[in-house]
Amino acid sequence: MWRAASVLSLQDETATARTVRLHVADWPGHDAGQHVDVRLTAADGYTAVRSYSLAAPAEGDRIELTVERIVDGEVSSYLADVAAIGDALEVRGPVGGWFVWRPEQLEPVALIAGGSGIVPLMAMVRVRSAAGNNAPFRLLYSARTPESVIYAAELRDRAVAGDGLGVSYAYTRRAPQGWSRPPRRVDAELIGVATWPSGDRPTCYVCGPTPFVESVAGLLTRAGHEPARIRTERFGPSGGAT
Amino acid sequence: MSGDAASYLDGNAVAGELREVFVADLTAAIGECCECGRVAALAEARVYAMAPGLVARCAGCESALMRVVKGEGRTWLDLRGLVYLQLSTPAVASERV
Repeated sequence: MWRAASVLSLQDETATARTVRLHVADWPGHDAGQHVDVRLTAADGYTAVRSYSLAAPAEGDRIELTVERIVDGEVSSYLADVAAIGDALEVRGPVGGWFVWRPEQLEPVALIAGGSGIVPLMAMVRVRSAAGNNAPFRLLYSARTPESVIYAAELRDRAVAGDGLGVSYAYTRRAPQGWSRPPRRVDAELIGVATWPSGDRPTCYVCGPTPFVESVAGLLTRAGHEPARIRTERFGPSGGAT
Repeated sequence: MSGDAASYLDGNAVAGELREVFVADLTAAIGECCECGRVAALAEARVYAMAPGLVARCAGCESALMRVVKGEGRTWLDLRGLVYLQLSTPAVASERV
């Protein structure tokens, strides 16, 4: 079922990512990690549909997406560049019941993000905080450069708040001045120090481009994590989630 | 079918299409692969979307678990690759005895 939506506000997060707040008629609420399908319809009736992760808990009929501009993405390009306050579009969802975190969960959680894969994981961080849940969270965020980190200021504030959220970064192209780890991909050593030992039986959520998710899921499995406790969400050139 | 890592998504990508047809969320359903016996959530399947329909393949052996093709006013669902799908059906609080 498609619901009528309109753009309430827009906020640039990085040079290529933008947060879009939408009003959606009769929004039923959602869980952290779920996504929506967004449908655009041109004047000639041509439609395009893409999936985006919800970035934050709903506030009534208001939802929030963070969209990374992608090269072949006609919907992403619209949302990241063209959309203006008041624009009308359609939303279907929330969808997905597997890649979700609910505040009833009390076990340790490892969140591992590649690029804009941070978006559904940030929803989990925000929902945890809003619910007053004290489950220990460790977030490992792989980004190309310091400038490409989405939600950088909020993550900095949340990490120093001392409420059980740890945040680590892996820079793959260029690290900040004085950063101890040279730019490279997430590897077994970093998984070891920035997530949880498998004996703590954490639930692991991995989101990013397909090759990133495959690589990280493999590292987690080799570190002894049970496959059933590793939940993954991939996005790619055909316009999947996030 | 090669496992070219850039060419597929996962079961989360078909959640919206399936909700057009089913009342329950199918991505959290647990299924068994007919070919290799792997038991996993549909969300963890490899979904190839750059085709006329969607094909979900087993993350273990790459055999096709499910095909979804949409036509004018119709949706075809081919589940031949699954032995079963196990859905969670929470008890209804107000159920009459």
